[in-house]
Amino acid sequence: MAPPAKSRARDWVPWIKLLLWPLLLFNAVRLGIAMYSVQTGSDVNALGADPIAYLTHQTGAWAAYSLGLSLAMTPMRRLTGWPQWIRFRRLFGLFAFFYASLHLATYAALDLGFDLSHLLADIIKRPYITVGFTAWLLLVPLTITSTRGMMRRLGRRWGQLHRLVYLIGVLVVLHYAWLVKADYFWPIVFGVVLAILLAMRWIPQRKRAGRSEHVA
Amino acid sequence: MFIRRASDILPSQITPETVYRQRRQILKTLGLSVAGLALSACGAEELPAQPAARPLGKFDTAEAQTSFEQASTYNNYYEFGTDKEDPAKRSKDFKPRPWRVEVSGLAERTGSFDLDEFLDPKKREERIYRMRCVEAWSMVIPWMGVPLADIIQSFKPSSKAKYVTFRTLKDPARMPGQRQPILDWPYTEGLRLDEAMNPLPLLVTGMYGRDLPNANGAPLRLIVPWKYGFKGIKGIVGMRFDERQPSTTWEGLAPDEYGFYANVNPEVDHPRWSQASERRLAAGSSLFNARIPTLPFNGYGEHVAHLYAGMDPKKLY
Repeated sequence: MAPPAKSRARDWVPWIKLLLWPLLLFNAVRLGIAMYSVQTGSDVNALGADPIAYLTHQTGAWAAYSLGLSLAMTPMRRLTGWPQWIRFRRLFGLFAFFYASLHLATYAALDLGFDLSHLLADIIKRPYITVGFTAWLLLVPLTITSTRGMMRRLGRRWGQLHRLVYLIGVLVVLHYAWLVKADYFWPIVFGVVLAILLAMRWIPQRKRAGRSEHVA
Repeated sequence: MFIRRASDILPSQITPETVYRQRRQILKTLGLSVAGLALSACGAEELPAQPAARPLGKFDTAEAQTSFEQASTYNNYYEFGTDKEDPAKRSKDFKPRPWRVEVSGLAERTGSFDLDEFLDPKKREERIYRMRCVEAWSMVIPWMGVPLADIIQSFKPSSKAKYVTFRTLKDPARMPGQRQPILDWPYTEGLRLDEAMNPLPLLVTGMYGRDLPNANGAPLRLIVPWKYGFKGIKGIVGMRFDERQPSTTWEGLAPDEYGFYANVNPEVDHPRWSQASERRLAAGSSLFNARIPTLPFNGYGEHVAHLYAGMDPKKLY
């Protein structure tokens, strides 16, 4: 961690991050415990009537929430003028990858039982799975290049590469909307939130003396 | 025409509900004991005395059943909301009685009938059927009802009648899901008359030896076990005999995804997902082995395949 800004009284960011970790991990831990209860038979209904569907939906939803939070940091900085928001962005982004990976693993390992030919057929033939898998795939390079060293090494290109996250956001909304049968309420909510988060990037920057700007 | 004799004592009255509900517990306890060993070592005295299971009927499946808890809290019934937990949560205050069913169209006996007049509860029998949802999950449920064929016969459809169409109650005050225009209310489903006269379809008023829960379509629903679950219309208030194929709800919404026939068919994928296999939600399904292959006609081909002789199997979805 970088040392706190020279003259500021206290850098709260590491403390807030310390608080965010358990909050973001919460659902994965809860689901893990519930899976254990189902498998051992101590509570067969811990994951509801369709455990695999529940695990898939929960991990997918939390991947989307984490991604949404990572996309919210730049708008928050612009709205509030507090530059520190951007320091939470990587944490949210990494959790998006974490939950997206659990989501994919739930599908491949639990739902399809590691039937790789079925998985491959789905990725090719089912548009919503194609789109979801592409979103996960695009998260991989962003995760790999999320370190400070990679950021430095890539320089300007780092920012260009990480603009992929906008595309990922669109793919995620599409992935969700495409599997709904008739009630589009929540996919529309997700779409509107994403549109707002992306549109807010055009809001003029509120300048604050002192800090220099990072990549948006 | 094969019609099973309904006995005066329902099978479910032979098996007490407590035993029904503890099936999983019993299985689990059994599972703990080594097969063949006496149960005394693992607390058999705690188990209720198990009555002799009724012999399985001609159409019953012996597969592991879904628990009442699962089957009554997880299903689609958009009249009460689109989440699969919604029907159970949001139908609690629904009053399924009094209930009338309107019979209309090309039949000798038409009019409005009280439910007990429409379907004689004494003629109910139990059938343990597989239920395959178009969303690729499935359950095994003991239903209680009267064969649709018997009921249709009692209304004497005319020779011109080729289809039978059912209609769900439309009452947004009692069915909160209908306050949103998600489907073209009221929900409508239908069968070709020869399909309806097959011995398998059941008009159902109960499951697991008890009255049908509100969430599952109380007080009256249809079960057609070789078709996708959405054909099993719930909360039925109307039955009409038609000459022409009726327009039905899901077919009207997306004809390429939900056909009129909607026969379970692993060969024809839903445009957005595979129908080749299904997640079986039943006792004994683990998190790691829930998926089983889907069978043509949901495994009821020997009883129904002849109905579709000469038809393009690609159209039978």
